[in-house]
Amino acid sequence: MRRFATLALALLALGAGPRSGFETMTPELQAMQRDDFANPGMLWVAEGEALFQRQGCTGCHTPAQMVGVAARYPVFDAGRDGPIDLAGRIAQCREQRQGAAPLPTESPEALALAAYVANQSRGLPLAPDPDPRLDPARRQGEALFRERRGQLNLSCAQCHDDNAGRRLAGSAIPEGHANGYPLYRLEWQGLGSLRRRLRSCMVGVRSEPFPPDAPEYLALEAYLAMRARGLVVETPAIRP
Amino acid sequence: MRAACAALLLWAAPVLAQPAAFQVVGDTIPASLTGTPGDAARGRAIVTTRQRGLCLLCHSGPFPEEPFQGDLAPSLAGAGARLTKGQLRLRLVDGRRLNPATLMPAYYSTEGLVRVGRAWQGRTVLSAEEIEDVVAFLVTLQE
Ligand code: HEC
Ligand code: HEC
Repeated sequence: MRRFATLALALLALGAGPRSGFETMTPELQAMQRDDFANPGMLWVAEGEALFQRQGCTGCHTPAQMVGVAARYPVFDAGRDGPIDLAGRIAQCREQRQGAAPLPTESPEALALAAYVANQSRGLPLAPDPDPRLDPARRQGEALFRERRGQLNLSCAQCHDDNAGRRLAGSAIPEGHANGYPLYRLEWQGLGSLRRRLRSCMVGVRSEPFPPDAPEYLALEAYLAMRARGLVVETPAIRP
Repeated sequence: MRAACAALLLWAAPVLAQPAAFQVVGDTIPASLTGTPGDAARGRAIVTTRQRGLCLLCHSGPFPEEPFQGDLAPSLAGAGARLTKGQLRLRLVDGRRLNPATLMPAYYSTEGLVRVGRAWQGRTVLSAEEIEDVVAFLVTLQE
């Protein structure tokens, strides 16, 4: 009886929990993501591993310390009095702690390092930082997620909450979870960041994307992490 | 000087153009936005062209040549039998007047929008002529 109850609960949780974009991909793409030799994102991970050594990250960190980091981010950064995401932390380490020239945002090197670090958390469930100082950003992120915008006047929620699983012309609309980034998109023919995905969705509804360093991105990222809680990190995921 | 002014006006006109005034009667806009009937063949092209009408992002319809059609909205098949010309026109122009929460963009309105992209500011999704062309086409969808 106990066993049944646990099973029922587990099934209920499966049905009600967030669904990764992985689940609505074709079996071919799923197989490509699962197989490290077929997954082109692994080339960036390998490059990132080399950079992690070459650029001196190992002066402060061991690779083992990177396990679980991506599952927790964005976190609260006291210096900024606000959230910082993984790419932001890597840039911050380089500039402030290594005194090196910044890697241009979303440059191949920055993406490779982020992919390598996030890959250390692959398979771990997203467990967002419970720090209540992140709450204002999360609330702002949720409001942005629900706000209709652009000439087509659509909100993120209208597609990703209300119409997930349906088809927008040829594309299946995923729930819009951020558990696979940086990821390899066939359409991009390359690895791309979550920011790039967010910009594409904003431009898609003919709205003006936020400027590159706008706090709105961090707010959305902090909300998306909470919304995807429990999904496992897939970096580097594949998406169509 | 006159020529320069004229050139400036010409250049400014499409950007500043506000949607022409129209009258809503019940759940319809009875009169053509241009005063003349639209062209159904052009309307069909607008509906099926992804970057212009965007209709098939959300709707499906009797367009066998179009493999990718959406399923967020009712099929356009039979739209002309279910709705009159005037009803179709209002649904295209600004469906928010019937259902404020509608998913369907208002194709002939620049009001009540947030953070419109620079390239699209002050412009409606379709022009008055294009709305009339699409209406003329939708009327032909009788089954
Ligand atoms: C008109 C529909 C639509 C709107 C509005 C929209 N998206 Fe998306 N989004 C999509 C589609 C479709 C995809 C899948 C990509 C594809 O196949 O083209 C996607 C993908 C995503 C993904 C990646 C999911 C994955 O599995 O990797 C995220 C994250 C996302 N969207 C977030 C957002 C946010 C945040 C907003 C608002 C700022 C937004 N989207 C607005 C349609 C939309
Ligand atoms: C982003 C989604 C979306 C787009 C793009 C869109 N529609 Fe719609 N449309 C809807 C929805 C949803 C409805 C259902 C009514 C409602 O929710 O208000 C609808 C309703 C309609 C109706 C009324 C159908 C009926 O049987 O009552 C017509 C006609 C229509 N749309 C035509 C068009 C045409 C033509 C275009 C392109 C020029 C278009 N739509 C673009 C979402 C969309």
